[in-house]
Amino acid sequence: MGKLDLPAEVSASAYNLPDTTGHFGPYGGTFVAETLIAALDELRDTYESLKDEPAFRAEFEYELKHYVGRPSPIFHARRLSDAAGGAQIYLKREDLNHTGAHKINNVIGQAMVAKHMGKPRVIAETGAGQHGVATATIAARLGMECVVYMGSEDVKRQAANVYRMKLLGATVVPVECGSKTLKDALNEAMRDWVTNVANTFYIIGTVAGPHPYPMMVRDFQSVIGEECKWQMPEMIGRQPDAVIACVGGGSNAMGIFYPYIPYPDVRLIGVEAAGHGISTGMHSASLCAGRPGVLHGNRTYLLQDEIGQIIETHSVSAGLDYPGVGPEHAWLKDCGRAEYVAIDDEEALAAFHKTCRMEGIIPALESSHAVAYAMKMAAGMSKDAVLLVNLSGRGDKDMHTVAEKSGIKF
Amino acid sequence: MSRITQTLSALDAAGRKALIPFVTAGDPDLSVTVPLMHTLVEAGADIIELGVPFSDPMADGPTIQRASERALLKKVSLRQVIAAVAEFRTRNTTTPVVLMGYANPIEAMGVDAFADAASAAGADGVLVVDYPPEESREFAKVVRAAGLDVIFLLAPTSTDARIRAVGEIGSGYIYYVSLKGVTGAGHIDIDAVSKRIPLIRDMVGLPVGVGFGVRDGASAKALAVVADAVVIGSRIIEEIENSPADEILPRVKTLLSGIRTAMDSVEVAA
Repeated sequence: MGKLDLPAEVSASAYNLPDTTGHFGPYGGTFVAETLIAALDELRDTYESLKDEPAFRAEFEYELKHYVGRPSPIFHARRLSDAAGGAQIYLKREDLNHTGAHKINNVIGQAMVAKHMGKPRVIAETGAGQHGVATATIAARLGMECVVYMGSEDVKRQAANVYRMKLLGATVVPVECGSKTLKDALNEAMRDWVTNVANTFYIIGTVAGPHPYPMMVRDFQSVIGEECKWQMPEMIGRQPDAVIACVGGGSNAMGIFYPYIPYPDVRLIGVEAAGHGISTGMHSASLCAGRPGVLHGNRTYLLQDEIGQIIETHSVSAGLDYPGVGPEHAWLKDCGRAEYVAIDDEEALAAFHKTCRMEGIIPALESSHAVAYAMKMAAGMSKDAVLLVNLSGRGDKDMHTVAEKSGIKF
Repeated sequence: MSRITQTLSALDAAGRKALIPFVTAGDPDLSVTVPLMHTLVEAGADIIELGVPFSDPMADGPTIQRASERALLKKVSLRQVIAAVAEFRTRNTTTPVVLMGYANPIEAMGVDAFADAASAAGADGVLVVDYPPEESREFAKVVRAAGLDVIFLLAPTSTDARIRAVGEIGSGYIYYVSLKGVTGAGHIDIDAVSKRIPLIRDMVGLPVGVGFGVRDGASAKALAVVADAVVIGSRIIEEIENSPADEILPRVKTLLSGIRTAMDSVEVAA
């Protein structure tokens, strides 16, 4: 493949996080009950021993190439760029992966670790259903039992994805407690894991959770940015001026940001969901409007009330609807290496329609947040500037939501 | 000597085992909490674990999560829970109270402010479920400086190194989680527990309480044979949620008294 030599600043980089105990500065860590510690230790040790092993790497790369269809292309969105009237917008086409989003990269990696550990059963949490579908897919491929926890509200809203998971042989368990959404599905999956840890591997879908999950999921997703690093020079002779990705839990963003951290000339911009607007309080912008706390096994920015209870989030895109965010994003925000902004529902929907009509690509509503910010930002830049957007998923799953917003009933 | 250590030493000297009920503060209503605490003492509680409600109680089963949800419907805050302890202390100065919950409400209040307020209110110990020893050295220092015991969980899967680490920063007692899983689940393997507890007691030098899975007098009695204390939570909360408001106190009293009687029938070797 056309991999270029890495520039000098990579070797000069001091970025080597997380530390051995899973911390990114004050964030991350292992904030779980004692009952989970042994399982996390076992996972960390197994992952550390596997991650650089040539046979493991080779199998992972084989799966990504032949099953997922990697590398995913980068596409110059000329008409969107012209419409924005400034910088050139390029799209990293994660929507073209098998199962339609970046989620599969991580799931393959974790399922391979599970197989290596001899665990015949995998469990997952899911919000919109994309991570659940990806997990059910790989479980089918590897002949594993699969149980997916999903908030009962989400089960109602995402009936098609529930059926997809069932077609793939998974059991979908509706979660009735708490707010009956993604965070409660995560709580319930953790409970299953602590009860059935002897035969069960928990495949977390994002760069959150206790150590080693944020690191492991980032590593598996960083194939996205690694490809961009040789694809961009092939296309335009240099790296982009900025890399833009939507952030819910933050796995697609970490995947494309991480390889670019040592490149100081490449701005990293994470786009959160402003929902109805940050000022309304109905949003999912943990980094822009939250404050640090402890949830789901790590310290990070959280949306919480004044007494430390986690509050319900809002976004038109179910995949961004999460009150926390990966701890590495919290650190990248605090140290200033990445910038975090927010795009509201209306702006995301407008970008969704523009991408459909101008480029013939139906993007996921999550990814539409990144496109929306790129167009906004491009407008104030020169025509030579280049913005690389992670188009993290396709929008087929969002047909009902968008139609409903447009007043259309199937 | 802390009130917890005094209590456990006195029981040990008398050849008795400690009964530690858990209830969630504010379930079903904050006005019930202090009378309920006095009822627990009347029924034979030696120490009370008072749960601080949290929106995402990851280590608890559905029963204790529902208790948290009921309390949070009334917006019960950590400060209000601490105020309930202060009110309890106006009539009871002997029964230790341990605040048990999750890290985030404490961090939202501020660790220093929490430690000062809890100590001033007359709380005796803190157990933060999602603060394992490696993430809580600073917290433990602040809380102990305020005169509170820091109680840690240990599990059947805890390694010797971890047990020793808990021994270094923990105080009061150890809460040994007697089975894999969440609160309120399954059955206890008494044989496995009885082998493990003496080892932990030796390594840590603290009394060992056992919980997670205690449902009745028989299981409490079986654990009382091998442990220094028996913790019972979900079963009491089930009683609360299944009782009409005016029957909560008498029903909980009957339940806990039965368990006390069963535990006290244990013959302790001199």
